[in-house]
Amino acid sequence: MTKVVDRSPLNFYERTYLPALVEGFKVTARHFVRSVKGENTATDLGDGYYPEAPWRVAEGYRGAPYLVRDQEGSTKCVSCQLCEFICPPKAIKITPPGPEGGPADRPNAEKMPREFEINMLRCIFCGLCQEVCPEEAIFLQQHYSLSGLSREEMIYNKEKLLKLGGVHAGIQKWKHKLEEAKEQETFPVNVG
Amino acid sequence: MLENLFIDPTFQFVLFSAAKIAVVFGVVMTFVAYAVLVERKVSAFIQDRVGPNRTAPPLALKIPVIGRFLQRCGIFQPMADGLKFILKEDFTPAYVRTIYFWIAPAISVIPAFLTLAVIPFGSTLGKQRMVIADLNVGILYTLGIVSLGVYGIVLAGWASNSKYPFLGGIRSSAQMISYEIAMGMSVVSLFLIVGDLNLSKLIQWQADHGWLVLYQPVAFVIFLVSAFAETNRLPFDLPESETELVGGYHTEYSSMKFALFFLGEYANMIASSAMMVTLFFGGWSLPFLGKPADSLLGGLVHIGIFIAKMIVLMVVFIWVRWMLPRFRYDQLMDLGWRRFIPIALLNIVLTALGVALFNR
Repeated sequence: MTKVVDRSPLNFYERTYLPALVEGFKVTARHFVRSVKGENTATDLGDGYYPEAPWRVAEGYRGAPYLVRDQEGSTKCVSCQLCEFICPPKAIKITPPGPEGGPADRPNAEKMPREFEINMLRCIFCGLCQEVCPEEAIFLQQHYSLSGLSREEMIYNKEKLLKLGGVHAGIQKWKHKLEEAKEQETFPVNVG
Repeated sequence: MLENLFIDPTFQFVLFSAAKIAVVFGVVMTFVAYAVLVERKVSAFIQDRVGPNRTAPPLALKIPVIGRFLQRCGIFQPMADGLKFILKEDFTPAYVRTIYFWIAPAISVIPAFLTLAVIPFGSTLGKQRMVIADLNVGILYTLGIVSLGVYGIVLAGWASNSKYPFLGGIRSSAQMISYEIAMGMSVVSLFLIVGDLNLSKLIQWQADHGWLVLYQPVAFVIFLVSAFAETNRLPFDLPESETELVGGYHTEYSSMKFALFFLGEYANMIASSAMMVTLFFGGWSLPFLGKPADSLLGGLVHIGIFIAKMIVLMVVFIWVRWMLPRFRYDQLMDLGWRRFIPIALLNIVLTALGVALFNR
């Protein structure tokens, strides 16, 4: 459904830009009066000003990215390294497990990352890693204020990311795939 | 011998002029400091945020109700700003032309304060006329001094020896020279109607016949816009456009020299507001309070009226800054030369015809 925008040439009165000035006065006056009366959502934190009163974070706000666990406590990341490749400032560094396997906290979790680092000083909070992750393992959560005392301290490793990420209940597809594989009579890999 | 000195009229004149100069200077400096605060608060409210609301000297918060209220209003912020300017390191880079670098802020500030000498900020207080210098060619003096203000910015841009101040200085020279002509021409029609260049007589005429803004709205609009251009305020702030030129002509300046530029800009705004109040809005008179005061209280009321009108115009200056986007350079020159000068000339011709026909 196309909407046709009216682009007729300006008449004489509009070309003096005086109507535009009046509109400008009205808009700024409206904002001013609302701010003085305290009805501004941007500054109205209820009981004082930031930083004494905490800031209300909106739904879907892109804060710091953290790794999540599913409802049974297993990590969801399978070190596919898609987030590492898509990250624009290259803040994510993943060490995948080698051919001899790596850290696994449950059966059929063959490719959990050996090490997963996000450098919070390089992260631009764009959310592309969350968009591209096929396992819903990394989410941008609501921390908006990060600080540390050294540059090394601001490179968050896997433990810290998992601790800060919390739980995000999911589909648990690898668990269901393991159960399906076990119910079959023959299966190419030993699923024990 | 000393008593003869005090009765001597010349000495009295010098003494009272010095007193008036000191008072006007002090009041304008205070207004400049608080104009900065008002700008920060008003701009914050327009942009949906709060301005300075945390500065408080050590013991002020102990005062029961008023201390906290004043802190929220940011009343103490200009004191902190003043302290900052005094205590900051005043840095002269090695690559600047030192002599011009040092005198440029002075050349920028001095004309801003000189224009205040001819503006009548009241009628009389006791037996003293409330104007520092009651020149019979007041407006010519003002236009001449305003032209001097261009040199400060141009010199700052040139002496800084670096690309952003250079561009700022060039743009500023073109802009300020262009709009001086429109400003001068728009004012000519006022004096055709009144018949005298003396600013006190102008106010007297307005008290008797009504404000000149009602007789000459076109001249008022042209003068208002030219005042914005002369003081380098948005929408004409190409010389210091913060998003394009870092700081424009004052990029390389720190602490006290930057404070002088800053002071000069706001003092220019105050002088322009005062000029507009005098020329178009009747100065210190109200429609029913037009006679020069014959009591101390009347004199103070007139000064209060003048200051109130000036504050309204200052708020308009501040308001418009946060309302309009910046003019592009060619749009600015187009407006100044190709639109304002013809309109101002037409205004002069029509006014002259009107005066000739109706004043027989």
